[in-house]
Amino acid sequence: MLDNWLFIGLFVLIAAVFPATPILINYFIIPRKPNSIKQDTYECGVETVGETWVQFKVQYYIYALVFLIFDVETIFLYPWAVAFDQLAFFAVVEGVIFILILGAGLVYAWRKGALEWS
Amino acid sequence: MTALQVIFLATAAMILFSAWMVVTRRNLVHAALYLVLTLFGVAVLFVLLEATFLAVVQVLIYIGAIAILMIFAIMLTRRVASDDTVVANHNAGWAAMLAVLVFSSLVIIMGAWSQFTTFASPLTRPGVPSNELGQEIVAELGQSLVDPDAYVIPFEVASVLLLAALIGAIVVAWQKDK
Repeated sequence: MLDNWLFIGLFVLIAAVFPATPILINYFIIPRKPNSIKQDTYECGVETVGETWVQFKVQYYIYALVFLIFDVETIFLYPWAVAFDQLAFFAVVEGVIFILILGAGLVYAWRKGALEWS
Repeated sequence: MTALQVIFLATAAMILFSAWMVVTRRNLVHAALYLVLTLFGVAVLFVLLEATFLAVVQVLIYIGAIAILMIFAIMLTRRVASDDTVVANHNAGWAAMLAVLVFSSLVIIMGAWSQFTTFASPLTRPGVPSNELGQEIVAELGQSLVDPDAYVIPFEVASVLLLAALIGAIVVAWQKDK
């Protein structure tokens, strides 16, 4: 069974090496003649004012929470989806009921206006 | 040493290194990113134990949701995200002692088990090719989740629980007058 994971392991390695290589090559062959204009964050843009670490809009957090719940839902649906072609009709319906109950939560969030930007 | 042992040792070293970085970084965003690396290492450990489903859960829930939620919480908290946060704690010595104590007592207790030093043989099942075993196990889990003779009630109750968590989270986090 681990043979299957070998491909994923290789893929993870390649995925790490692939973006790292141009960055490293860049680091080694780059000519270093800095001046104050080149060192700017935006060479032709609006200068930043104050710190970069600013407080984000709290609204984002609601999205993160809703996402978290539906992420956990995915975990329950994942084995159900793998066994999908071996299931009886009522077993499929049970999965649909599972989705519908959580759908009520999404409707609640929507109706409450928590998903809107104001 | 087999290839598996080499992978295990490399993963364990990576987990220890990134866990150390989590507790020592001054910048909390960097600490959270190292936490992602730590959790990913644990997912690799699950794969090495052939706990396929747990590895998927680890990546989806812990990296995909919990770590993202933590990064959100850091970004939403004013001043915490800046570099000048003091992470040093006077209890570091006590924590180190406690960690050593827990680790050594675990080793002593589990060392009494006769199988402690033997390696687990790979998962096999008669009649199932080894490269299809992982899918077979997850499919069985899926079938038992919606089987009336097995876990269908906990399965649907989990849905209601998640619904309650979702509504509760919105009620607590959402301010009307803003």
